[in-house]
Amino acid sequence: MSYVVEMLDIRKEFPGIVANDNITLTLKKGEIHALLGENGAGKSTLMGVLFGMYQPEKGIVKIREKEVKITSPNIANQLGIGMVHQHFKLVENFTVTENIILGSEPLKGLVLDIDKAAKRIAELSKHYGLNVDPHAKIEDISVGMQQRVEIMKMLYREAEVLIFDEPTAVLTPHEIDELMKIMRNLINEGKSIIIITHKLKEIKAVADRCTVIRRGKGIGTVTVKETSEAQMAEMMVGRQVNFKVDKKASTPGEVVLQIDSLSVKNNRKVMGLKNFSVEVKRGEIVGIAGVEGNGQSEIVEAITGLRKVESGKILLKGKEITNIPIRQRIESGIGHIPEDRHRRGLVLDYTLENNMVLEVYNKPPFAKAGLLNGAAIKKYAKSILEKFDVRSGEGGASIARTLSGGNQQKAIIGREMELDPDLLIAVQPTRGLDVGSIEYIHKRLIEHRDKGKAVLLVSLELDEVLQLSDRIAIVNNGELIGTVIASETNENEVGLMMAGVSKERSV
Amino acid sequence: MRNTIVSLISIILGLIAGGLLMLFIGASPIEGYTYLFQGALKNISRIGDTLATATPLIFTGLAVAFAFRTGLFNIGASGQMLIGGLAATAVALTFDLSRPILLIVMVLAGILGGGLWAFIPGLFKAKYNVHEVVSTIMMNWIAYWTVYYVVPAYFKGEFLETESRKLAEESTLRTPWLTEMFQGSYINLGLFFGVIAVLIVAFIINKTTLGFELKAVGFNRHAAEYAGMKVNRNIILSMLISGALAGLGGVALYTGNASSIQIGILPSQGYDGIAVALLGANSPIGVFFAAILFGILYSGTGFMNAMIEIPPELANTIIAIIIYFAATSVLIHRVLNKFRKTTSNANDVNGPVGKKGDS
Repeated sequence: MSYVVEMLDIRKEFPGIVANDNITLTLKKGEIHALLGENGAGKSTLMGVLFGMYQPEKGIVKIREKEVKITSPNIANQLGIGMVHQHFKLVENFTVTENIILGSEPLKGLVLDIDKAAKRIAELSKHYGLNVDPHAKIEDISVGMQQRVEIMKMLYREAEVLIFDEPTAVLTPHEIDELMKIMRNLINEGKSIIIITHKLKEIKAVADRCTVIRRGKGIGTVTVKETSEAQMAEMMVGRQVNFKVDKKASTPGEVVLQIDSLSVKNNRKVMGLKNFSVEVKRGEIVGIAGVEGNGQSEIVEAITGLRKVESGKILLKGKEITNIPIRQRIESGIGHIPEDRHRRGLVLDYTLENNMVLEVYNKPPFAKAGLLNGAAIKKYAKSILEKFDVRSGEGGASIARTLSGGNQQKAIIGREMELDPDLLIAVQPTRGLDVGSIEYIHKRLIEHRDKGKAVLLVSLELDEVLQLSDRIAIVNNGELIGTVIASETNENEVGLMMAGVSKERSV
Repeated sequence: MRNTIVSLISIILGLIAGGLLMLFIGASPIEGYTYLFQGALKNISRIGDTLATATPLIFTGLAVAFAFRTGLFNIGASGQMLIGGLAATAVALTFDLSRPILLIVMVLAGILGGGLWAFIPGLFKAKYNVHEVVSTIMMNWIAYWTVYYVVPAYFKGEFLETESRKLAEESTLRTPWLTEMFQGSYINLGLFFGVIAVLIVAFIINKTTLGFELKAVGFNRHAAEYAGMKVNRNIILSMLISGALAGLGGVALYTGNASSIQIGILPSQGYDGIAVALLGANSPIGVFFAAILFGILYSGTGFMNAMIEIPPELANTIIAIIIYFAATSVLIHRVLNKFRKTTSNANDVNGPVGKKGDS
């Protein structure tokens, strides 16, 4: 059997952390190989080594059975290795063709030969079934399409080995199916693929073999067909993982959050939410289900005060909060795990310690008469980071930017939970997390409910909404389609309602 | 620590490049630099002058650095200096107060004038999202023409139309004991105000909840908003403080180093403040030392020019080159990393910083 890529005993250290401790990964020609591991296990680092972004301290990299030193991404490209990054690297106001040829522009004499490139891109697109319009502008096409442009970039450069870094994190379920199809096409054409992920379902669906790493150490490589999801999860986390959420029936108390015919404009200045009403009581989790962009962000931002309300009322514990400042809302008991952790959730250039007191830095014991108390902040942050198992190079003194995405998310959740809010708004709380962390977060959300607090859960993962919620409100096009009781419904019914098919029996 | 090393390397590289330039025009760099530093530090009086030259730069450097910490680019330190200086001069020429009270009122007037001149761009930024680079530059010209009008109209000098009346010795920041101590130098109380300002700004930025908020807004205003901080209020406040610092710089320049205010000149110290902040890596202490260095280069250049045939413009050239190196500090970082790797052959200092967070 011939290997296209062999990474043997790779060791890579960063200050304070051994990111890769003698990891071995081999890629056969024509296979889809999954690289599975928890957040911060060292997956991205290992691929960074292969793609020339990091130099390993020890270990050998062989490409097509020849030992190589990959010192920069350019060399990786020359060796036929291409990478689709999780965050796309595209120029928004360029066309697909212009983006793809960027850096290796074809010339006719002294001028660009766009037409020739566009023709080739159209051919490639047809050949691999990518269905990309070479003349469309990036800003006009969907996220799924943009990802295909990234794939096309590699194909255009004739890459043989394709690395996908968590490719499904940004896609809708339908787009994920399409991506799986494309990956299979690529394999049929003789390409080899490494996919970094922690979604076991997807590994089961497309991968041939799977290498698992845990805390920087290689745990082993298994054949996907012969291994169950539970076994892989156990290898990854190091213990048995419970996929099913255990929870008692809810015992709802008084109303904590009451939203009364709320209307809110969206970013395009049209009504993104129309006459929306919902209630969340103590001791219950209410889930908001809907396809992305159907009013969920507007609901959350209206409650938290980040967006102006056009009409309607929001009441927290019986008091109207429709127009009060954000700080006052936090103080009256709203916790918010935001959708976008980089934009809203963290000051990435602050230390973790500072991020942990982002909302309470001006209250005793963290501050007195306007002066910060560093020791108290440090102690508080340390306890949160320990409780929520946030892993970082230098503990609380680490800059938030240096953490892996999953650890950043755990830090945010820890911060909000620690405020012990009467109403916790969790938006996509497990986005980008591995199964071990998801299990933990779910448990904490239910604990929060059982303490007699209200939880409003917004998630695009239908599974998550169905499993966690006690009641589910379904939105479509900014309108409430209906509310159902979670234990009396199923994926089909909610799915239909998400598509806008209203239901007669409403609770 | 690392920033300090980078700044020091920038300075050394700038001085080397300046030496090469001296060679190029046929002078000896060793002689040139000897005279340059002699000019700045040869005797106690020259040291005093050097410190005085550095004083307005301390203020403008602080002004730019402070705003920058909040993510604002205050290019208008020149205009804020002018208005601060004008306000202090106006007070000194109008009111007949005892010296201590007069000085306090002058300083307050300078703070208010400079603060007002930066408050307006801050307000526009917060309310209408007008970019502060554009509005502060415009405010510079408004300040320029305001002085152009006000000085001849109300404070016309005895002989010259182009400058204000001279301040009486006891209405300036100069004090006999300092002047005597530095043997006739024009060093003045401005330096002490500068040192105090450095300490206060360092304290605000590092130790107070206000500094915590200002930095948070500067790094990520969306997260600051999410956490309930009043972003707009912080933007205005940051500009106000920045302008007040620059205004104090104007007080030090026009009622300390000089004793009258001229029309038709935008003080170059306002723009030099950007360079000082950059070289000082936006830290108050860094700004202080960067300003002293610039003071040395500026005040030594005249002596160098008098002693050998090196044009005085060389000091500006050296400063410009130092700034180039400081601005391209990424390159220096990279070279440092290479150097460390080859010597210790171990840790990649670059680390996962800035990459990991994306995953």
